[in-house]
Amino acid sequence: MPETPPLLSRVADSVYWMARYIERAENVARYIGVNLNLQLDLPMEPNQQWQPLIDTSGDTVDFKKRFGEATQANVIEFLTYDLANTNSIASCLRSARENARSVREAISSEMWTQVNSMYLDMQMQRRLPDPRQLHEILRSIRLGCHLFQGITDATMSHGEAWHFARLGRKLERADKTSRILDVKYFILLPSARVVGTPYDDIHWAAVLKSVSGFSMYRKKHGRLVPSEIVDFLLMDREFPRSIRFCVHSADESLHAITGSPIGSFAYPSEQVMGLLRAELDFTPVEHILAGGLHEYLDSLQEKMNTVDSCILNDFATPIPQSQAAGAHAD
Amino acid sequence: MRFDAYQTQGFRDEMFDDAGVVRPEARLLLDTIESLEEGQLLQCQRAAERLLLQMGITFNVYGDSAGAERIFPFDLIPRIVRAEEWAWIERGLKQRIHALNEFIDDIYHDQKILKDKIIPEEVIYSATFYRPQCAGINPPRRIWCHITGTDLVRHADGNIYVLEDNLRVPSGVSYVLENRDLMKRTFPQVFEGLRVRPVDDYPSNLLEMLESIAPPGTADKPTVVLLTPGMYNSAYFEHSFLAQQMGIQLVEGRDLAVQDDTVWMRTTKGLRRVDVIYRRIDDDFMDPTAFREDSLLGVPGLLDAYRAGKVALANAPGNGVADDKVVYAYVPDMIRYYLGEDAILYNVPTFLCWRDKDRQHVLENLDKLVVKAANEAGGYGMLVGPHSTAEERVDFAARIAANPRNYIAQPTLALSRVPTVIDDHFEGRHVDLRPYILYGRDIKVLPGGLTRVALRRGSLVVNSSQGGGSKDTWVLAAAAGEGN
Repeated sequence: MPETPPLLSRVADSVYWMARYIERAENVARYIGVNLNLQLDLPMEPNQQWQPLIDTSGDTVDFKKRFGEATQANVIEFLTYDLANTNSIASCLRSARENARSVREAISSEMWTQVNSMYLDMQMQRRLPDPRQLHEILRSIRLGCHLFQGITDATMSHGEAWHFARLGRKLERADKTSRILDVKYFILLPSARVVGTPYDDIHWAAVLKSVSGFSMYRKKHGRLVPSEIVDFLLMDREFPRSIRFCVHSADESLHAITGSPIGSFAYPSEQVMGLLRAELDFTPVEHILAGGLHEYLDSLQEKMNTVDSCILNDFATPIPQSQAAGAHAD
Repeated sequence: MRFDAYQTQGFRDEMFDDAGVVRPEARLLLDTIESLEEGQLLQCQRAAERLLLQMGITFNVYGDSAGAERIFPFDLIPRIVRAEEWAWIERGLKQRIHALNEFIDDIYHDQKILKDKIIPEEVIYSATFYRPQCAGINPPRRIWCHITGTDLVRHADGNIYVLEDNLRVPSGVSYVLENRDLMKRTFPQVFEGLRVRPVDDYPSNLLEMLESIAPPGTADKPTVVLLTPGMYNSAYFEHSFLAQQMGIQLVEGRDLAVQDDTVWMRTTKGLRRVDVIYRRIDDDFMDPTAFREDSLLGVPGLLDAYRAGKVALANAPGNGVADDKVVYAYVPDMIRYYLGEDAILYNVPTFLCWRDKDRQHVLENLDKLVVKAANEAGGYGMLVGPHSTAEERVDFAARIAANPRNYIAQPTLALSRVPTVIDDHFEGRHVDLRPYILYGRDIKVLPGGLTRVALRRGSLVVNSSQGGGSKDTWVLAAAAGEGN
């Protein structure tokens, strides 16, 4: 059987980022949508709900500087249309599309057409943003991203490039789930012990909906109990947006790329990912809550960032020495 | 939409004869179009444009804001070429490529054609794309022009002329394939009853050609890559399209490295050897150690690896010497010299401004002639006399006087026209035709090619950078029993 040649390092990097940006766009779109709904249920706290969205994206300083107050309009502009914010939906779609464009021969043409259409639609929305259409726009972005993933799985060979895409998607998803949990838990902390007021329920339901996890949680746990929600989002074996689930599939893809058996490692990225996986597999949620969820999520995010930088390092073959010297000889 | 009001306006038309009667080969097409419901053709046209945008079949416009992309306008009315005419064009192209390849090989070796005084040697040494670095190189199979995109035009006299040979890095073939695909998707009914020769096998033929030039001693299945300047290049769509169609890797200069005269690509599993490079990057930018030092796009040491026979390059560096428009004027002589045959395809009569007599004639007739810089492409550096202003003519006269070697002039050809959808009706627009020729084990001509159309009323300039669009080109298959 003919052997498929290994990917170019540059292509691996671009496919990985293409998938990450699509996943990021989807998460931001879903998160804004959930918040718009939440707003309707909590009319007396008009603007309090919007600051956490900015905090989740990690761009608090940039937002404060350019937009000031976290009003609904400001936050929506910043997270949806603003191209100066590299994590806005518009920016994510642009970056996903640029990355896809640079590796068009490595992905299927259906994938390219999908990401290109989403980008073009967004360009049009940006020219004439219509607040009344926002719900619909966010919904179509979410669906578009799901479609892209479906197309990816159905039209692209599940070889090395596909695994790099999956790796990017899963790491991004784990990162977003941890951020949403972190920000929301922090806000809800004072009331976390007082279970049962309708507002707590609404807030916790919003957390679950932010990761499309509401009905799946209900099936498994029934009542909305904070510690069980944390357990579900961190450790659930079956829910595809739980951090553990994401890390497991990221780990699978990483080993599919390197060829080393799961449970062993040949590259630093595999080692860091293996440690992360073991931790999620064997740490009881009570320990995490006792030690502080925020601290735990912080260290989790740091480890995921390490995985990310290790991956990019491990697969970037450097220019051979003699060549590098020649290139800079002048 | 109907053709009742269509006027050939005294121009040679590819679809109608001089009396305004539809040509027999276009009869069926005309009937199909006229039988469409009102508005259907325009609907198809808009659907095609939408598809082009969605598929990202765009080109970047230099000088426009970074990353600005435009679609290359596509017109639904195809250009039809009869089987017997095509057979003749194909023979002519094969002959021409054969002779040009002999010529380039000769120039970088014995230079017999210069010694025999068929072409003055100063013409060669002063050609911008002559590369002394390539002297003595023996490319695999001694092929220098692997992929050629010859520009053909039909003049008012009904004859087909070669306008340019485009040996260096010809582009546009992806539009040929995508245009056909687009036609089938948006306008399938027009194919009924016609035997249009398929073009889909071009990528297979291209890959086969590239594999055939692998350096001796390469493994069974050579590693072929396509080298692109990157996604901001105007032809990036084509680079990625062809790489995808051939299933080969699309690489940039930074993905490659040369060590021990061998070319390697940087992969996730370390360095992998590269055997054949289809490079879509000009000679100048290919290797900063051999050509332009300031090039950031190229691969240092690439020419050394090529000279050492460790990697094959298509097209061969240095072949642009034959793209010089002064050298062009000598192609019929080359055909006679190397092949002992008369040229099958016509050359456009060409005045060489470095000849005193020619220059005088050119300067006296600037308002009638087309003046071209010898080494420009893309419709730049050109004066179309009959459409020029007095000011432009003064400017060109000065340029010619300052650098006569760099200018040639040709009679203004009345390019033939094809009906084209303009707003809600048909108007004639001037076209040219660029067939693509592959030279590997043998010479193969893609049946058809890119028909470019000057969309501006009256314009003769078909280049995409100058308001041109394109059409599908239908080469009809010979009926059974009519020979090939």
